[in-house]
Amino acid sequence: MVTAIVKPFVLDDVKATLEQLGVLGMTVSEVQGYGRQKGHTEVYRGAEYAVDFVPKVRVEVVADDPTAEKVLDAIAETARTGKIGDGKVWVTPVETVVRVRTGERGVDAL
Amino acid sequence: MELDSGTIAWMLTSSALVLLMVPGLALFYGGQAHSKSVLNMMMMVFSTFATVGVLWVIVGYSLAFGDNTVGGWFGNPAQYFMLSSLLAETVQTDGLPDVAFAAFQAMFAILTVGLIAGAVANRMRFTSWMVFSLLWALLVYFPIAHWVFDLDAGWIASGIGAVDFAGGTAVHINAGMAALVLALLLGKRKGWPNDTSRPHNLTMVMLGAGMLWFGWFGFNAGSAAVAGYAASYAFLNTVVATCTAICGWLIIEQVRDGKPTSLGAASGIVAGLVAITPACAAVTPLGAMAIGFISGLACAFGVGLKYRFGFDDAFDVVGVHLVGGLVGTLLIGFFAWDGSPAGAGGVFYGGGWGQLGVQALAAVAVMAYCGILTAVIALVVKATMGLRIETEAEAVGIDESEHAESGYDYSGFAGRTSSSSLGVGAPTGQVPAASSAER
Repeated sequence: MVTAIVKPFVLDDVKATLEQLGVLGMTVSEVQGYGRQKGHTEVYRGAEYAVDFVPKVRVEVVADDPTAEKVLDAIAETARTGKIGDGKVWVTPVETVVRVRTGERGVDAL
Repeated sequence: MELDSGTIAWMLTSSALVLLMVPGLALFYGGQAHSKSVLNMMMMVFSTFATVGVLWVIVGYSLAFGDNTVGGWFGNPAQYFMLSSLLAETVQTDGLPDVAFAAFQAMFAILTVGLIAGAVANRMRFTSWMVFSLLWALLVYFPIAHWVFDLDAGWIASGIGAVDFAGGTAVHINAGMAALVLALLLGKRKGWPNDTSRPHNLTMVMLGAGMLWFGWFGFNAGSAAVAGYAASYAFLNTVVATCTAICGWLIIEQVRDGKPTSLGAASGIVAGLVAITPACAAVTPLGAMAIGFISGLACAFGVGLKYRFGFDDAFDVVGVHLVGGLVGTLLIGFFAWDGSPAGAGGVFYGGGWGQLGVQALAAVAVMAYCGILTAVIALVVKATMGLRIETEAEAVGIDESEHAESGYDYSGFAGRTSSSSLGVGAPTGQVPAASSAER
């Protein structure tokens, strides 16, 4: 499974790139966090507020091993702006997968 | 005099405009609250209909507009009991039935009490707030309204000749002072000032500020009590003073903080409106622009007072209403033009220093009376009912602890009529028959 934490505004580009790769599905969630970028400060009526967690989008794609490598690279390419806060992408092994509708298991379920 | 249909139409419209300020204020404060305390904030403002609105009919109008009682402290409370003595068609003033004036002034009482709520967000017991509202209206607002708005008998309005056209003293200095005292006696929110939330919805704040401005035309121009020259004059000044106040606030933010903010623009609107409220029929448009601009500057700094002196006035009722009210009330002493409907002359128009002294006396009297009485009322409520919610309830969110509601459904799972697989939002009490039958 490929998990990517990216800037919200690159989501459409990432989705288009993955569609070109033939990836058939993904799960997207709005998350908050920080890395080396840290948060930022906002000022309301002269009072500073530290915003520690920055909004990000988490993209999760379950794919077979060869595809997962391509997805990893594609997301990293697409989401890169070169500025701090671009995010991370990682791959984790998946024990098994079942398609709920048909009961198919493993690669057939993807 | 015959009933004047133009005046009646304008005053009924003005009353409805001032009523609209209540939801406007609820949005203005609610947007600045945390998403888990927005409903309580809006409810505190709306609840003043239920408390002050009712009290107004019973005894409030009498206390404010009855004949001088106890040396002019308040009006005769029995005079217009239940407003029954206003009901004849012949009871009218300058072509306006007194019932219309009673409805118009009811909105002022309701709004003034609602203004205080912004200082005590996120930590006051709701029932204690309602009891406080009743006592404060009874003992503080109605007497001061008598001093300021009863043009025949009130000592501020007719006795010393202070100019307060629409309530710089009775409404804004009064509410701001009460907010200061109540915030001090209630104590700070948990974590204030370092660990409190930022405004959860600034679009609500801006909509609220816009609605307040719209409603304020009724507040200021309606205070003429006739549809005529004074109303038109006050209306124009209510436009221009507010425009310059936005300028003033945003300039401070640009210079001091580096960015002009939407909260600053919205707050500047309110600051300008507050300051022009007493002055709207007393100054030229140039004077109004000066007063608005100075109020924008002063209030942009005024909202910092709470950090310097350590009182948690959550949404700056002191910084905007007390400071803005003082700016407007005192600057009349400088900018009043004797050709205006109010007819007083200030320092800059050859009137000397007399008017300024009178304005200061009115402001100080209202602050002193309001400060002392508010402290007494708050201490009585604190000793009998308690003012604050539990610390844990504050952390969970006052919407849940005081109202068992949440302003927003973020999960998408809540609010179902039957238990979902996640077990969230299943009703534990009675379920209406129709919805329980669906499953």
